[in-house]
Amino acid sequence: MAKKVSKYVPYLLVAPALIYLGIFIGYPMIEGIKLVFYENGGFSLATIHRAVNNYYFWPALKNTLGLAIIILPTQLILALILALAMNKVFKGRNIALTLLIIPMTLSDIAAGLIWYSMLSPSGFMNKFLLNLGLIHSPIQLFGYQFHTREFLTLVFVELWRSTVTIFVIVLAGLQMISQEYIEAAEVFGAGYWTRLRHILIPLLKPSIQTALLLRTIYAFSIFGIVMVLVGRDIPVLAGEAYRQVTEIRDYGVGAVYALLIAIMSLAIGAIYLRLTKAEYLEVKR
Amino acid sequence: MNEKTMYELKKIGFYTLIFIVVVWMGLPLIVSILYAFGTPEDYYAPDKVIPLHFTFETVKMLLFTLGGWEALKNSIIVATLAIVISFTLGLPAGYSIARFIFPGKDTIKLGMLALKIFPVPIMAVPLIMLYIRLHLLDTRLGVALAHSAGSLPLVVLITASIFAGTSAELEEAGMVFGLTRFQSFLRITLPLALPGLAAAAMFTFVGSWNEVFAASVLTFKHRTLPALMLTLMETAPDYYKFAAAFIMAFPAIVYVAVARKYLISMWGIAIK
Amino acid sequence: MVEVKLENLKKHFENGKVKAVDNLDLTIKDGEFLVLLGPSGCGKTTTLRMIAGLEEPTGGKILFGERDVTYLPPKDRNISMVFQSYAVWPHMKVYDNVAFPLKIKKYPENEIKERVKWVAELLQIEELLDRYPAQLSGGQRQRVAVARAIVVEPDVLLMDEPLSNLDAKLRVAMRAEIKKLQTKLKVTTVYVTHDQVEAMTMGDRIAVMKSGHLLQVGPPTEVYLKPKSVFVGTFIGSPEMNLIDVSVKETDDGIALEGEGFVIVLPSDLGELLRDYINKTVIFGIRPEHMTVEGVSTLEHVKRSTTIEGVVDFIEALGTDTIIHTKVGSSIIKIKLPGHILLPIGQKIRIVVDLDNIHIFEKSSKNAII
Repeated sequence: MAKKVSKYVPYLLVAPALIYLGIFIGYPMIEGIKLVFYENGGFSLATIHRAVNNYYFWPALKNTLGLAIIILPTQLILALILALAMNKVFKGRNIALTLLIIPMTLSDIAAGLIWYSMLSPSGFMNKFLLNLGLIHSPIQLFGYQFHTREFLTLVFVELWRSTVTIFVIVLAGLQMISQEYIEAAEVFGAGYWTRLRHILIPLLKPSIQTALLLRTIYAFSIFGIVMVLVGRDIPVLAGEAYRQVTEIRDYGVGAVYALLIAIMSLAIGAIYLRLTKAEYLEVKR
Repeated sequence: MNEKTMYELKKIGFYTLIFIVVVWMGLPLIVSILYAFGTPEDYYAPDKVIPLHFTFETVKMLLFTLGGWEALKNSIIVATLAIVISFTLGLPAGYSIARFIFPGKDTIKLGMLALKIFPVPIMAVPLIMLYIRLHLLDTRLGVALAHSAGSLPLVVLITASIFAGTSAELEEAGMVFGLTRFQSFLRITLPLALPGLAAAAMFTFVGSWNEVFAASVLTFKHRTLPALMLTLMETAPDYYKFAAAFIMAFPAIVYVAVARKYLISMWGIAIK
Repeated sequence: MVEVKLENLKKHFENGKVKAVDNLDLTIKDGEFLVLLGPSGCGKTTTLRMIAGLEEPTGGKILFGERDVTYLPPKDRNISMVFQSYAVWPHMKVYDNVAFPLKIKKYPENEIKERVKWVAELLQIEELLDRYPAQLSGGQRQRVAVARAIVVEPDVLLMDEPLSNLDAKLRVAMRAEIKKLQTKLKVTTVYVTHDQVEAMTMGDRIAVMKSGHLLQVGPPTEVYLKPKSVFVGTFIGSPEMNLIDVSVKETDDGIALEGEGFVIVLPSDLGELLRDYINKTVIFGIRPEHMTVEGVSTLEHVKRSTTIEGVVDFIEALGTDTIIHTKVGSSIIKIKLPGHILLPIGQKIRIVVDLDNIHIFEKSSKNAII
């Protein structure tokens, strides 16, 4: 009796979770495909037509990709520098770490609103510079006509918010690297930059990859921070999906955008995994 | 002498970098908190860099007249539900993966990892159709279910790694001395795993608390805090924005101050 | 190929409260294999790391020949090191690991190939060159670490307990190999270990350290036969040296050691050395192999001896030797006899003591008088 039960027990324990995920992720996937390809009971590409020909679609796609392409490499370098700096023990390190972690616990809406207090026409930065006499009238960063400025503001605030995610992962990876590897390099004549390039960064590759993958996928669904800072001035894919669903009630087009984000994420994930297999981790004795 | 000055310069450069980072991170937080409680007059006055007069009016308006308080309660309910659901489903699964060897185990693990990086909130869009049929649209349960789907893979992986960390031998000792496997789990493994599980729970809570997209798409009247703020902020005057930021950020900051050490170790577990 | 001189070397922590290394004066001769021996925490690894430049001394000087390298970073000292956990970089193939020091020093490509080949032959790792460290056993990784260390012909070769992570058999084999290698290459080597057998078999000289201080330095036989303190006497040699408290008394036959249950009259030359200690307590030390049991076995090359009485308490049969635990008074003395000896427990025996190999230590300072 006991033996029979124990054979199925592992499966019984995992089953609920798997079923749940099947319902809440698998089903929407299928539902989404239905929404995209079926209209009025028949297979049709009309929804996709509407979605692609939408006035906001191409800008949204461009912006989403553009933001990702600019933010990700910058974040990576910033996070690396921060992680290397934070790896040493120094006075006040704990306070610095705590501060750094805070953006990770904030919603992106909160982050956007917080920075608005700094960057708005009556915000801190403007008033600060005004009172120092460095500028004569507030620098406008927001408004439909300031497209480039709005874009750069988004980049800046998003960097503030999400660089930490990469930082934390890279720092954890850094601390797992045995000091002896670095010391050995030191002993055999490698200077700081050589050690960085030939020892540290290669050993950090797994962490960097994980972090980059995570961030890239989240970058495609960038939403709250854009809505709160610049609204529809800078359309993004997720934002358009939101509008289609809540205001225009065209679920089909919304689904197209949502699925596009999902597909882009999966594609990038697959490409990453292909490109970044570290040989030395794969080999077995 | 040259060596020593180089060393000192490097030190100064290093601390400058740290200083800049700390200011860059911390200043916006301080400013936004000040502005949240500053009077609108002081905000618009060009000569007052930081407000000198303070008021609770803005925050109160946001909470009580504009539905902030309701939304806050909704957020708490949704987040708590998310923890309950994802733990009820995830804990057994995590335990199973940690303790048993069975065919398909590795595929499941891989699947969880893949889902961990999947943008689950986006799935809220097609989910609407299902919710309409199930009458789950605009309900807190609905949002909680969606959030749980997002946090479940993570909970499974974290609990798996926590249970893998607690020795199976301790459980087996319990079983030798008369407990069933389940009792052994309850009385021996669970207490040991509690700190890690608490961390995972907090993680889930924060994730749900901050989630915007699914919450906005799946609700109209019973909005969570981020969803409400999203709609309000489109039309609200500036000074409301800061009050909103404060309300949303405050729990997070308190949480970080209190659970600092926990967070760092928890992230360590989550990364694995 | 240089002489390493440590002058008054100090490493203190917490403002002088913790003295990891204190007042260390040591000269390591050119081409010498010097072993730093001591228990964990004695400061030997800290000393090695200061020689490497991985730790900065709190005071004192380190000289390589004429060069003062005390504050130089490791990369400018022309040293090599074998780490306890080998520190073979996992993301580089064995070839690249071994070639690394040469690449850093900008050796031309073909010379690198030659040297790596030469060193790989020496360490017998030619077939492993194309593999990754994860594919190697612990022993193989250790050879890679050694190969990497000698490929560049450093001025000083440092080794931090390189054999401690190997299993016993491999350890014995590698001991011989490393020593042979060093003799061949004649590179000044500082070798850290807590294993006294390693020290005895490999070192040209052994430097015994305890609590940050250098207690004694000398060739293995000297450190073994003429320990300057109780610590050195008991740390080296297995089974441990026997220690018994005795009083020094002046008797009609001469100066004698009076212990519980026995009296040993000393020959006049030895007795004289103890004149200042008459009526005081000292520690009497004798190694197990410098005694034997009358009628059972004989000590060779013994010039002077005396006998004391004891009762057999326990027999440890080791195969090649037998250790007789003997009760003398209220102390247990261990006697090491060659071969397989069987004595019934409780048997009264007469122990022959080699008087030219006794040790007397001051009770308070634990320093050797004889």
